[in-house]
Amino acid sequence: MSEPDIHSQMQTTYKHWRIERDDHAIAWLYIDKADSTANVLSSEVLDELNDILETLTDALPRGVIVLSGKSNGFIAGADVKEFVPLKEVADSLALIRRGQRAMNRLADLKCPTLALIHGFCLGGGMELALACRYRVADEDPRTRLGLPEIKLGIHPGFGGTVRLPPLIGAPAAMDLMLTGKTIDARTARKLGMIDYAVPARHLKRAAVSVIMRAAASSLAPHRPTLIQSLTNTGLARNILARVMRHRLAEKANEAHYPAPYALINLWAKHAHDPVKMMEEEALSVAHFVLGKTAHNLVRVFFLQERLKALGKKDLISPQHVHVIGAGVMGGDIAIWCALQGMRVTVQDTRHDALAKVIKRAYGLFKKRFKQPRLIQAALDRLIPDDKGVGVSHADVVIEAIFEDITAKQALYREIEPKMKADALLATNTSSIPLDVLSESLAKPGRLVGIHFFNPVAQMQLVEVVSSPLTDPAVARQAAAFVRHIDRLPLPVKSSPGFLVNRVLMPYLLEAVAMEWEGVPAAIIDKAALDFGMPMGPIRLADTVGLDICLSVADILSQRLDVDVPPRLRELVNAGRLGVKSGQGFYTYHNGKPQIPHGRPGYTPPADIVERLMLRLLNEAAACLREGVVADADLLDAGIIFGTGFAPFRGGPINYVQEGGVETQLRKLHELEQHYGKRFVADAEWAEL
Amino acid sequence: MLARQPFQPSDFDEVILGCVMPGPDEANIARVVALRLGCGKHVPAWTVQRNCASGMQALDCAARNIATGRAHLILAGGVEAMSHAPVLLNNDMVGWLGEWSAARNFGARFGALSKLRPGHLKPIIGLLRGLTDPVVGLSMGQTAENLAHRFNISREQMDAFALESHRRLAKAQDDKLLGEIETLYDTRGNVYEQDDGVRRDGDMARMARLKPVFDREFGNVTAGNSAQVTDGAALLILASAEAVEKYKLPVLGRIIDCHWAGLEPAQMGLGPVHAMAPIMQRHGLKIPDIDYWEINEAFSAQVLACLEVWKDADYCRTELGLTQALGEIDLSRLNIDGGGVSLGHPVGASGARIVLHLLNVLKRTNTRRGMASLCIGGGQGGAMLIESGRE
Repeated sequence: MSEPDIHSQMQTTYKHWRIERDDHAIAWLYIDKADSTANVLSSEVLDELNDILETLTDALPRGVIVLSGKSNGFIAGADVKEFVPLKEVADSLALIRRGQRAMNRLADLKCPTLALIHGFCLGGGMELALACRYRVADEDPRTRLGLPEIKLGIHPGFGGTVRLPPLIGAPAAMDLMLTGKTIDARTARKLGMIDYAVPARHLKRAAVSVIMRAAASSLAPHRPTLIQSLTNTGLARNILARVMRHRLAEKANEAHYPAPYALINLWAKHAHDPVKMMEEEALSVAHFVLGKTAHNLVRVFFLQERLKALGKKDLISPQHVHVIGAGVMGGDIAIWCALQGMRVTVQDTRHDALAKVIKRAYGLFKKRFKQPRLIQAALDRLIPDDKGVGVSHADVVIEAIFEDITAKQALYREIEPKMKADALLATNTSSIPLDVLSESLAKPGRLVGIHFFNPVAQMQLVEVVSSPLTDPAVARQAAAFVRHIDRLPLPVKSSPGFLVNRVLMPYLLEAVAMEWEGVPAAIIDKAALDFGMPMGPIRLADTVGLDICLSVADILSQRLDVDVPPRLRELVNAGRLGVKSGQGFYTYHNGKPQIPHGRPGYTPPADIVERLMLRLLNEAAACLREGVVADADLLDAGIIFGTGFAPFRGGPINYVQEGGVETQLRKLHELEQHYGKRFVADAEWAEL
Repeated sequence: MLARQPFQPSDFDEVILGCVMPGPDEANIARVVALRLGCGKHVPAWTVQRNCASGMQALDCAARNIATGRAHLILAGGVEAMSHAPVLLNNDMVGWLGEWSAARNFGARFGALSKLRPGHLKPIIGLLRGLTDPVVGLSMGQTAENLAHRFNISREQMDAFALESHRRLAKAQDDKLLGEIETLYDTRGNVYEQDDGVRRDGDMARMARLKPVFDREFGNVTAGNSAQVTDGAALLILASAEAVEKYKLPVLGRIIDCHWAGLEPAQMGLGPVHAMAPIMQRHGLKIPDIDYWEINEAFSAQVLACLEVWKDADYCRTELGLTQALGEIDLSRLNIDGGGVSLGHPVGASGARIVLHLLNVLKRTNTRRGMASLCIGGGQGGAMLIESGRE
């Protein structure tokens, strides 16, 4: 950012910070973390800030403006890497207190202070902004403000819990901190979290204007409304805390996610005494930083970073995607690509299928974009193509027609000569070996699998499938394309079920077998939810569609040692296909399952979770042995982002190692004696 | 259409579109269309307006820019969303709103409020205004009534012509002869594979039951024997010989000549004969030399009047400066797949649509020469002579 009209009189440079004093005697404090693309508040950055604030206290400027020297954003938060090696509370407490000290010093400056925000302003960055008296932000939707600490198993620790509730009232403040959601500048302005949301061209003028008016005492810092301030009084806190805990319990189990509960308690107990609350905040966060949940969630964060890095965006610059097949998957892939800014042609001869795609697209675009102009632009990018003319313009062609080898091969033979020479050809097949499909191509090496999960708009993971014939350069380009549409690429080998379906299927089938043995579906599902799965296996089967489950199970059973419980085929033959037919294992009314009342006096078996999980873990071990993915971390990442596997457990292999390989193995042997060969431990267990 | 081309949308030199009533937020609708089609910010675009012939005007402008060498590749045609025609505030209301927004305090606002009368709220239907001639004060339908009166065209003749238009369109749809029509999809999940104005169940008795809409009690022009008010768009790619060579473009046909004529606004329906006659003369053509004709069906009465005029030696001599009557156009060679009465007349688009369709008719019938023409509100006519193929 450069502004010619503000003349710099004096400049002092630190490693990560830069100070400029302008003609108005305003100190401009630029954060520009060395050797890093994004600003994070590392110990070094905080130490320098402490020093700078000390010198400012000695020679007080008219005002201080804190801003970022990087174009991508303000501050992304604390330096998560520094959490990893921490072992002792004393160390984590020191780290937290260092941050608190800098924030408090900033808050205590005797001159007006202002945070000038563009791009991301998250976690510790938001807390730094809250320690300023004023906040001005870029109104561009790319500006994201929030306190997402909760997503890493902790809560704000640099004074955020102390400063935000009194600023905007407890309901809005606690909602932001408990959900970890991020908001844009206009929303933040409405909440009172920032003072102005302005276009980028006015950012610096607005900042100077605010400081000058504040210095002349003609602009008071934001105050909450009367009602907002009442929400922080003792009586209100008691009532609100109860409501919050109740709502939280519906979403998160305290045993798995203790930090949000602690956050509510912290506020309810100490909000009347900021000094004490600051101390308690530090103690609480210092404790959670060392906890298992935070440890594993930080692990998941780094796994996500690793998946992101697997797709190098500059390998390919896709503008036009051609999707063949306007069914549920093809349509949703097309819609997603258009949402992400691609020009998309979606090919199908069925006009009604194309019409459904446009309708679904409109629904999603309306939800995501809100502004009519952006919705229109996205719809303009999504072009129904009943004659398939888009294929010759596309940079990426994704085939998503029905699972039939002959049909797919015939299609490839037809489109290959029409495609641009360097265009990527990908299939969304979930069950056909890629090399079989490659046979039909003049250049077999160009076919790669890009396997999306349903619903595309929610499932972040995409398996990038390579057969022995796939050109590795093509696989790398495919991973790059996946990053271009903001999904997480996981390179996998073309083997039955790839990684995610293969690991998930034994778990689902075990649940079906249990239901057949007489364990009520709701009890099986509850056990899985209590373990931390996002949805119980029986409901998941109903949601995916029992016919689809059956066909995947059949395909897997041909090549792997998987028994398909007869119960599944029975239901499918009876036309009970799950949510879509209104009846599966459960009966559905308006898409909601009707849970039958529990049988009085029924005692569920004690081994439900073990049976479910050990089938899953055993299959995961097999995948590792076969090299379906390159290593255990990628396996964990794939299962977490592809199935929602309890993130706080850090992935299946991590779970096994945390619980002790020996213990799990012993359980597996017990189950084998009880239930037979499907629980025979995979050879890979010896390597875990 | 653009996805079918071997070139990129950004390769166009310009985009020219006809439109009679663009929405208030898209006054230069051609630019909006160009950008939304992905032509990119560097392709200039402009909108032309010659009422009902705006789409043909766009083709004429494009052809001339190519002829002078200023451009090689142009996207041209017409668009109209008559269902989006605005409802306007009347002048009294506009004045009152000005007063209201100037009122700074409660007293002034109260004073302003007290002046608001029910008459202020009477809306002006933009579409009706657009279809009324401000000079002679007649609606387009009334000019058709004029022609019916002058040339003795009966209600039965009009209704029969309209029924035939529907019959032809239905047959063309059934025989899948309208390949130039792209399927549309809306955001509610509906598909539109064909224009939906066609009536397959019409008969003379039902047509006769319709009430006249323009001259309410004693008139003959009804909704049934007039063009339908619809939305539509028609786009063509015009290219120089050089561009055809460069991109190896398939050529559907060529624009040979175009003529614009003026006449008495109250007789605007005869515009086509005034525009076509000079072209016929310039090229030394007689009626049998033209293989197929498209005369835009604004009103059944108006097309029938044009046919009468061709046969009327007196009119041809005095009004068209010809030595004798041109003769009779074979009805089986005119609007062979229906027209505005059955298909609709999205005013800005029709001029481009009839040219495109005529080109397709020539290709389908393996014939050479076609004439497309429209009457134009305000007392004008436009005509375009085209030939199929490259040479």
